[in-house]
Amino acid sequence: MKQFLSFVRKEFYHIWRDKRTMFILLAMPVIQIIIFGFALTNEVKNARIAIFDQSHDAATAGLLTEISASKYFDIQANLHRQQDIDAIFKSGQAKMVIVLPANFQSDLQHLNQVNVQLIADASDPNTATTLINYASAVIRDYNQRLLQDQQIPYIINTQVRMLYNPQLKGAYSFVPGVMAMVLMLVCTMMTAITIVREKEMGTMEVMLVSPVQPLKIVTAKAVPYLLLSVVNIISILLLSVFVLDVPIKGNIVLLMGESILFTITCLSFGLFISAVTDSQQTAMFISLTGMFLPTVMLSGFMFPVENMPLPLQVISHAVPARWFYQVVRSVMIKGLDITGVWKETLILLGMTVFLLLLAIRKFKIRLA
Amino acid sequence: MRTLLFLLQKEFKQIFRDPGILRVIFMMPAMQLIVLPMAADYEVKNIKLAVVDHNRSTYTQTLINKITASGYFQLDQYTASYKEALHEMESDNADIILEIPLGFEKDFVKEQQAEVLIAVNAINGVKAGLGAAYLQSIITDYNQELRVKFVQLPRVNHTPAINVTYSNWFNPLMNYKFFMVPGILVILLTMVGSFLASLNIVKEKESGTIEQINVTPIKKYHFILGKLIPFWVLGLVILTIGLSIARIAYGIIPAGSLFTIYIFAAVYLLAVLGLGLLLSTYCATQQQAMLISFFMMMIFVLMSGLYTPIDSMPEWAQWITRFNPVSYFIEVMRMVVLKGSSLADISRHILIVLGFAVALNTWAVLSYRKRA
Repeated sequence: MKQFLSFVRKEFYHIWRDKRTMFILLAMPVIQIIIFGFALTNEVKNARIAIFDQSHDAATAGLLTEISASKYFDIQANLHRQQDIDAIFKSGQAKMVIVLPANFQSDLQHLNQVNVQLIADASDPNTATTLINYASAVIRDYNQRLLQDQQIPYIINTQVRMLYNPQLKGAYSFVPGVMAMVLMLVCTMMTAITIVREKEMGTMEVMLVSPVQPLKIVTAKAVPYLLLSVVNIISILLLSVFVLDVPIKGNIVLLMGESILFTITCLSFGLFISAVTDSQQTAMFISLTGMFLPTVMLSGFMFPVENMPLPLQVISHAVPARWFYQVVRSVMIKGLDITGVWKETLILLGMTVFLLLLAIRKFKIRLA
Repeated sequence: MRTLLFLLQKEFKQIFRDPGILRVIFMMPAMQLIVLPMAADYEVKNIKLAVVDHNRSTYTQTLINKITASGYFQLDQYTASYKEALHEMESDNADIILEIPLGFEKDFVKEQQAEVLIAVNAINGVKAGLGAAYLQSIITDYNQELRVKFVQLPRVNHTPAINVTYSNWFNPLMNYKFFMVPGILVILLTMVGSFLASLNIVKEKESGTIEQINVTPIKKYHFILGKLIPFWVLGLVILTIGLSIARIAYGIIPAGSLFTIYIFAAVYLLAVLGLGLLLSTYCATQQQAMLISFFMMMIFVLMSGLYTPIDSMPEWAQWITRFNPVSYFIEVMRMVVLKGSSLADISRHILIVLGFAVALNTWAVLSYRKRA
C-alpha cells in the first residue's frame, strides 16, 4: 500500500509539473460548459430570410411587419426578380424566401383567397422544416387577426405542460452531454497516453523490473486523473447551477457517485487502450475514434437514438456515455432516485469490470 | 530544391513505415464517413406517446386513431392514470402524454368546449416543441372535422384565407445525410491535417531528432515545407476518398464543380496545417500537443455549424465562429455540394481562409525560429 501511494505521489508530481496541461485539464470543462451551454442550441432563431414581394401593398406590409417582429427571422434582402431567389441561396445569404404574389390585398379582399409561397433552402432539412413551421404559424396568426370578430363554437382547448424544462432551454440537454465528454477526455485519453508514453520512452521497462506489481504501477497512473475528474465534476455542476440555471433536482450524492462510477469506466477504457497500443499517436487516435466521436454521435446527446438505423442503435448500447447521459438526465434534471437508474448503473458497473479484466489480461500477456 | 526533395522522401517514408498510423489515416475517415451520417438524424419522428383516456368514447377513439395515423407518433402506452403515464415518462418510455378528461364528450357536445392535456418531456427543447406542435395541429384538424358535423357552414367561404404553400429546394427529399456527409468530411480532413502535422513535429522534439536536423545545413523553411507538403498531399487524398465514399455510399454528387471544392480544400489545408505547426512550436510533448489540439478541435467542431445552426448562437459566439476555419469549410462544402455555388459565390470564404493560412504559417515560422 505504501509503495502504491508513493507511486501515486510520483504521478501527481508529473502532472503538477506540467502546468500547461494542468491548466487545460481544469479550465477545459469551465470553458466548454460556458460556450456550449450558451451557444449550442438546435433552436432556430434569427434565421436569415429574404422577401420577394410582388405586390407592395398595405396587406403585404402588415404581414411583413409581423414577420420581422418575430425573433425567428431576420430579413436580409428584398428581391425583385424570380432569378434572385436562386442567387441568394447560392451565395448563402438566406435560408428561406417568402414569395408574396402580385395583387395580394385585392385578391384577399375580393376573392377571399391568396397564396403565399415559402421556399426553403433544404440543404439543411431541419432548419428548413422549422422555418416553414414558424413562418406558417406567423402567417396563420396574421390571418386569424383578419377574422378576429367571428366567434367559433365547438372548441377543443389544449393545455400544454412542458415538464422538466419549461423554458425549453438547450442547456438542459447539453450539460449532461458536456459532462460525459469532458470526463471521457480527461480519463480515457490522458490515462491511455500517459501509460503508452512510458512504453514509448522505455521507462515502462524500468518500472516493470521494480518489485512493485505491474497492476499497481498502472493503477497509480490512473488515480490522479480520477481526482482531477472529481474536481472537474464539481466545477461543471457549480457552473450549471449558478451560471446556466440548470438546477440539480435529484440527490447530489447519487449524482456524484454516478459520475465517479463513469469516471472509473473511462479510466478502465484508458487502461485497456494503453495495454493494446505502443505509440502515443495510435493511443490518441483510438481514444478519439473510440470515444469522442461515438460519444458525440451515438450517446443520444446530439441525435435521438431512436432515429438511428437498428445496427447503430445496437452499437450505441456499447457506448458507456449513452448510459451515463441517461443517468445524469434522470438524476439531475428529472430528479429520480436510485430506483430510477439502477439498470444504467449496473450496465456501467458491468462495463467497468469487463474493461478492467480485459486490460489486466492484456498487460499480463505483455509481461510474459 | 534538392534538399527539400530529400526531406520529402524522408517524411513520406516515415509516414508509410508505420502501418498503425497509415490505417488510421485511411481507414478512420472511411469508416466514419460510412457510419456516422446514419446516426445523424435530427428529424423529429417516432415520438413515444402515452395516452390516458378517461373518457373512452368514439370521439376519443377517432382522435387517437388520427394521431397514430399521422406517422409522427407511436402509441406505446395506454395507462389508467396520469401518474402512471408520468412514471413511464420518467423511465423514458414516453415522450408525450395525452390526457383526455372524463367529461370530454359531454363538455364538447353540451358546453361546446372541451379540454385535453398535453404533457411533454421537454429536456430536449426542440423535440418537445415540435412534438407538441404536431400533436396540437392534429387536434386542431380533428376539431375542425367535428365542427363541420355540428355547424352547417355556408357553402361559399366568406372569410379571407391566406394559403401557404411551400417547396424545399436543393434537397427536396429532405435527406439529412446530404447535409451531414459534407460536414463530416470536413471534420475528418481537419483532424488529419492539424493533428498529424503537430504530433509529427512534436514527436521529433520529444525523441530529440529535431536537434539533429537543426544542426544540419537544412534551411528552416525546407524543414517546415518538408513537414507541410506530405500532410497537404495526404489531406487531398483523403478528400478524394471521402468524396468517392459520399458518391458510392450515399449517392451524393456535388452540384457544383469538383474544381471549386479542391481549390478551397487546398487553401484550407494550408491554414489547418499552419495551425498544427503553430501548436507544435509551443508544445514540448506529444501529450500536450494532443490535449491542446483536442481541446481546440472540440470547440472548432461543436461551434462549426455542423451540428447546430450558427445563426441561432448568441452574438459573442458567432464572433468566435468567425475565427473558426472549420465553419467556413463546412459552409462552403454545403454550398458547393448541395446548391452548386460557384467559385465567385465562395470568394469571400476563400479570401478569409487564405488570410488564416498566411497568418498562422507566418506566426508558426517566426516562433519556430526563435526556438532554434
